[in-house]
Amino acid sequence: MNQETTITYSKVNRDIIKMLDKPSSKWLALFLFDLAVLGIGLFCFIYQVYTGLGVTGYSHPVFWAVYISNFVFWVGIAHSGTLISAILFLFRARFRISIYRISEAMTVFAVATAGLFPLIHLGRVWNFYWLFPYPNQRELWINFKSPLIWDVFAVSTYATVSTVFFFVGMIPDLAAIRDRVLEKPRKILYTILSLGWKGSNWEWLHYTRAYLYFAAFATPLVISVHSVVSWDFAMANTPGWHTTIFPPYFVAGAIFSGLALVITLVVPIRIIFRLEEYITIAHFEAMAKMIILTSLIVAYAYIVEPIMSWYSGSPHEWGQVVFRATGPYAPFYWLMVFCNVVVPLLLWFKKIRTNIKALFIISLFINIGMWFERFNIIVISLSHEFEPGAWGFYKVSLVELGITAGSFAWFFMFFLIFIKTLPALSISELKEILPAPTKEAKSE
Amino acid sequence: MKSDQGVMGIFSYVDSTIHTIKKLKKEGYGNLRAFSPVPNHQIEEELKEHESPVRFFTLTGGTLGAICGLGFTVFTSLAWPIMTSSKPIVSLPPFMLIVYELTILLGVLSTLIGLFINARLRRNAPAAMYDPRFSEDKFGVLVGCSKEDVRKVEEILKSSGAEDIKFEGI
Repeated sequence: MNQETTITYSKVNRDIIKMLDKPSSKWLALFLFDLAVLGIGLFCFIYQVYTGLGVTGYSHPVFWAVYISNFVFWVGIAHSGTLISAILFLFRARFRISIYRISEAMTVFAVATAGLFPLIHLGRVWNFYWLFPYPNQRELWINFKSPLIWDVFAVSTYATVSTVFFFVGMIPDLAAIRDRVLEKPRKILYTILSLGWKGSNWEWLHYTRAYLYFAAFATPLVISVHSVVSWDFAMANTPGWHTTIFPPYFVAGAIFSGLALVITLVVPIRIIFRLEEYITIAHFEAMAKMIILTSLIVAYAYIVEPIMSWYSGSPHEWGQVVFRATGPYAPFYWLMVFCNVVVPLLLWFKKIRTNIKALFIISLFINIGMWFERFNIIVISLSHEFEPGAWGFYKVSLVELGITAGSFAWFFMFFLIFIKTLPALSISELKEILPAPTKEAKSE
Repeated sequence: MKSDQGVMGIFSYVDSTIHTIKKLKKEGYGNLRAFSPVPNHQIEEELKEHESPVRFFTLTGGTLGAICGLGFTVFTSLAWPIMTSSKPIVSLPPFMLIVYELTILLGVLSTLIGLFINARLRRNAPAAMYDPRFSEDKFGVLVGCSKEDVRKVEEILKSSGAEDIKFEGI
C-alpha cells in the first residue's frame, strides 16, 4: 500500500466496502456470460454421465487425460493463495497484505474446481463415496497404500484448512461491513457471518494467536498437498512419471502457476475498482520476483528430468524424453518450455516487471504454459510406455473441452460473486500497516 | 472491587487510549476491556491477564489427529488383512501421510473451536455497549466499576480525551 498518500482508517473502510455496492450492468453481463459457459459445461457433463466415458477421447493406452490435467492444474493454482496468506505471513512480508485476500479466495475456489475433476473422471460418478473410509456391510476399508487415497485426504484437508483460514481472516472485516451497511437483509447476513465480533482486546488476543497457528499448519500442508498429487504419478513405474524430483518440481510449478493467476485476477480488479492506492506497482514487482524464482526452479526441473533419464540408462525413460521433444505432441512440449521458461525471463527487466500490461500478458502465457505442463506429463507419458505395440495417441473430444471451459466458468462464477459480496482486500490488515492515529502525530 | 456498572469511553487516538488504561489501572480499576479496529500490542500488553489458551486446543487437536490417523490406518488394515506384493499389512511409510494430514486437519479444526470458545465468538449480535465506530477508526475503553465510582471514572475518561462516554448497568 502506498503510505505516502493520506490513507486513513476511515478511508480504508469506505474504499473496500464500496466495492460491495450494487453490481454494475457490466458485472451482470459478465456473470450471465459466465453462467452460459457453465451451462455448456454442465450439459456436457450430463451428456457424459448419460452416455458413458466413451464420449471422451480416452483410448488405449491413455485413460488419464484432460480431466486429470485440469485436476492437477487447479490444485496447483490453489497453492499460491496459501503461500501468500500463510508462508509470507510467517515471514512477515508486508507486501502480501494488499493481495492475500484475493489469492486466498482464489485458493478456495480453485480447490472447489479441482475437486470436481476426479468425480467427472469417474465412469460411475454416483459411486464417488467409495473413495472415503466408511463402515460398510463387508467391513471392507479403503487401501491406505494407494496414492489416490492419499490424494483424497490431502485435497480434502487442504480444502477444509484453506476455507477455515479464508473465513477466519475475514471475521473482523465482516464486522466492519455489518457496522456500515444499512439494508436489513445485508445487515442480517453480515451480522451472522461476523459471529458477533466486537474488536475487543480479548478477541484480538485469541484471534491473532489462532491465526498464527493456522498459518503454521497451512505452510507444511501446502508442501504436502502437491507432493501427494505428484505421487499419483511418481509412484507408478511409467516412464516420465517414475522420478524422485516430482514433489519439489510440482510444488514449485504450483506456486508458479498460482502467482501468475493472482496477477491475472488482480490486474482487472485494480483497474475496475480503482485500487491503485492499495495495490501498487511494488506489489506487482514483488510477485514478479517470486515468479522469476519459481520459474527458475521449474526450468531446472525441465533440465534435470532429461539428464536423469539419460543417466539412468533406461531406454524407456530416454525414449520418453525423445518422444516428448520430437513426437506428435512436441508442439505442446515446446509451447510449455516457451511459456514457462522463456517468457518469464522478460521479468528480469525492471521496466517489464513494473509494467502492468506486460505483467498481465506474461501471466496469461504462464497460465497456458502450466496447463500444458500438466497435459504433457500425463498424456505424453501414458501414450508412450514400454511396449511399442501398446503405444497410442490421444485426441481430445468436444465434451472434454466443454467440461474444461465449464470448469473455468465455475471458478469465475465464485470469483465474481466473491468480489461483490465479501471484502476483496483485508480491511483490518491494511489498517495495521498504516501508522496508528495518535494525538502526538496530530499535534505535530 | 464491586463492578455492576459499565462506563465506556470512546477515543480517536491510540496513545490517549493507552494513557487512559494506564491511568485507570493506577487508580485501581482492574475490570477493563479495550476495543480497537486493529490489534494493538501496547493495549494487549497493558490488559493481558494471561497467555491465550488457544494453543492448548491446537496441541490437543494435532495430537488427537496423529493418534486417529495412525489408529485408523493400522486397525482398518488389520481388519481385512490382504497381502499385496509381499508388502507388510501394517506398512507405516504410506500411513504416515494420513497421520500427517489428519494432524493438520484436527489441529486446525480444534484451533477454530478454541478461538470460538475463548474469544466468545458465538453471539450473533454485538453487545449494547459496543459502538460501530470501533470497526472503523475509534478506540474504546470499557470500565467495570461500582455505582459510586461512575462519576470518578467518567472524570478520568474525560480528562484523558474521551470524545464520547456511554453508561450502562452490567
